[in-house]
Amino acid sequence: MEKLLLLGDEAFAQGALDAGLSGAFGYPGTPSTEIIEHIQKSDLAKERHIHCEWSANEKTSMEEGLGMSYAGKRTIVTMKHVGLNVAADPYMNSALTGANGGIIVAVGDDPSMHSSQNEQDSRFYAKFAMLPAMEPSDQQEAYDIPKYAFKLSEKYKLPVLFRIPTRLCHSRSGVTRTEVLPENELSLPKDPNQFMLLPAIARKRYQHLLEIQKDLEKESEESPFNKYIDGKNKSLGIISCGISYNYLMENYQESKCEYPILKISQYPIPRKLIEKMADECDEILVLEEGMPIVEEMLKGYLGRGLVVKGRLDGTLPRAGELNANLVAKALQLTFKDGKNIPEIVAPRPPALCVGCPHRDTYLAINEVLKPFGQGHVFGDIGCYTLGFQPPFNSINTCIDMGASITLAVGAATAGLFPAFGVIGDSTFGHSGMTGLADAVDKKSNVVIFILDNSTTAMTGMQDNVLLGKLEQVCMGIGVEKEHIRVITPLKNKHDENVKIIEEEMNYNGVSVIIPRRECIHLFAKKKAMKK
Amino acid sequence: MKKDIILAGVGGQGILSIATIIGYAVVESGLYLKQAEVHGMSQRGGDVQSNLRFSDKPIHSDLIPNGEADIIISVEPMEALRYLPFLSEKGWVITNTKPFINIDDYPTEEELKAELDKLPNKIALNADEVAKEAGNVRAMNMVMLGATSPFLGLPVEKLEEGIKTVFGRKGQAVVDLNLKAFNIGRKFAEENK
Ligand SMILES: Cc1ncc(C[n+]2csc(CCOP(=O)(O)OP(=O)(O)O)c2C)c(N)n1
Ligand code: SF4
Repeated sequence: MEKLLLLGDEAFAQGALDAGLSGAFGYPGTPSTEIIEHIQKSDLAKERHIHCEWSANEKTSMEEGLGMSYAGKRTIVTMKHVGLNVAADPYMNSALTGANGGIIVAVGDDPSMHSSQNEQDSRFYAKFAMLPAMEPSDQQEAYDIPKYAFKLSEKYKLPVLFRIPTRLCHSRSGVTRTEVLPENELSLPKDPNQFMLLPAIARKRYQHLLEIQKDLEKESEESPFNKYIDGKNKSLGIISCGISYNYLMENYQESKCEYPILKISQYPIPRKLIEKMADECDEILVLEEGMPIVEEMLKGYLGRGLVVKGRLDGTLPRAGELNANLVAKALQLTFKDGKNIPEIVAPRPPALCVGCPHRDTYLAINEVLKPFGQGHVFGDIGCYTLGFQPPFNSINTCIDMGASITLAVGAATAGLFPAFGVIGDSTFGHSGMTGLADAVDKKSNVVIFILDNSTTAMTGMQDNVLLGKLEQVCMGIGVEKEHIRVITPLKNKHDENVKIIEEEMNYNGVSVIIPRRECIHLFAKKKAMKK
Repeated sequence: MKKDIILAGVGGQGILSIATIIGYAVVESGLYLKQAEVHGMSQRGGDVQSNLRFSDKPIHSDLIPNGEADIIISVEPMEALRYLPFLSEKGWVITNTKPFINIDDYPTEEELKAELDKLPNKIALNADEVAKEAGNVRAMNMVMLGATSPFLGLPVEKLEEGIKTVFGRKGQAVVDLNLKAFNIGRKFAEENK
């Protein structure tokens, strides 16, 4: 069998391709981005004309994926964890419509917030929606799961959630490839009412979802991805979910673990296997990456039943990712301490690149706002969020994609003047347009900067859906033509730019300023490609 | 046979090509490999690291536990120190001495030297200068790979093959430059270890 060296993200992508994938839909987001990027580079995908272009946001991706599933084909939908909030409406409802062709919703979780606003655990969504979920413990499982999950999805006609943490997404290892399956034929759902969630139908579909929960549990009990490993010492049983299994095994390289272990990679949690552990062990330690979801289920609110240890009782830290040392500590195993970091070592936070267009935009904004003091600029998510840091200190908020425009609208409505919103071109395409429509409708006194660097730079240069269409879109939404101003963020244009910003600030209504200059890395990449 | 390596540097300095070439030699030698990288936010001039583990037995954790690393390879001197908690007692630090200063509170030259001098097992060289002499400062990371090569326990030919594979599409001149840089680094380490 062919062996490949793949990142966890790539292993999943390759596994999906080899399982007869017909289309991937997604919006970039660390740590999930490399899934679609792998498909974009794949020869098999080219040969088969597999769809793998980026979508406008996670909600549109999820719906497009569901549409492909409706048409009978196998599909994956990819996003980072906070993207699932954006896609939550279709995801939750897809539990009732169910699927036709196999559909896997692949979500990159980011415990420890390496590159995110929070560390929410996507398994909660699967539990909330009552849908099956899978999480790999290593790259091989990331490759193997799609074939299994597509079958599961088609057997129960339900979407399957695939949850993978940053460490696995971005770690490379050898993966053994298995046979390449053909794609599904086009086919419509057998039941023409399946995707019609009118209350009368939805109630029936919900009843059906409730009824098959026990079958899904049984699937988990019999899954090849869940296993019970016996151990002699029954004073403790260890439940180890997803990647935590690696951290556990790292501590038992020389000797076998003396305690029984239940490795979980498929949800809903396998009831019978858990019962077995609860029956034979005095206490249970739960190792899970992310939030203590299994731990909380087993412990119960009052914690008066089973003795369950984990993140809730301080055996493991409540927040942040796990590692082999934390697991060793929880098991009272000895481990090395290592030296301390010398005091002279200073933090080196990321910063806007030298020559970045966003720098010049912020310098101009700062000059205009000098008389007004701090607190007038609502930021958003992208490279330009780094404008929060010195020497710029230009923005005051960063919440979720699109929130710059709408926060500015809210604050302006409260009477704040000036109220500026700063949003990237990709972020504007993701979820800025509806906010701008609100602003126009309310005649808000705001200035919205759409920073057009011609790419989605933060996540590594993906195309974005509004490329070359920003002015048209703003006009279409109803911003007056004379208040859509394009500027070039360059040092030698500084004075001119300051003047334009001042003019628009003093216009009582919605202004859009588009600072337009390519991200310097995109510029360099294009130059290198021309050579 | 098992080696745990931490690669360190600043976003944009090219530590990943070092990892790719070691990875190539590892796989070609029929060994197991895990290599964890940092993507995303920290690429923009922030500190970056990669954990690279290889062994003749399956590897579990993608991350190296505290005090277990056999080697820290750093293309920047202050970044070498950031990962000392992971270094094993007998571990080696192979570092470029040329600072990359993009922050205000960067330590002084004397402070840095004093800390590096405390390390019992180290190879420290100005790899930027060496690479410049070899033909181009951008071959700095291959000087560092060369300086690390005596400690890896991997066949030199396989590493050289890796260099040819990674730089092949940029033409023979680039390959030759990088091989030259690699060999100068290697010689320096052989003579100073
Ligand atoms: C809901 C959601 N999806 C995805 C992301 C990941 N993400 C952060 S910024 C960004 C795009 C940034 O692109 P753009 O707005 O064009 O700004 P640039 O980085 O190019 O300056 C993405 C995809 C996120 N934080 N939240
Ligand atoms: S990657 Fe591009 S957009 Fe991001 S900080 Fe650097 S130059 Fe600016």
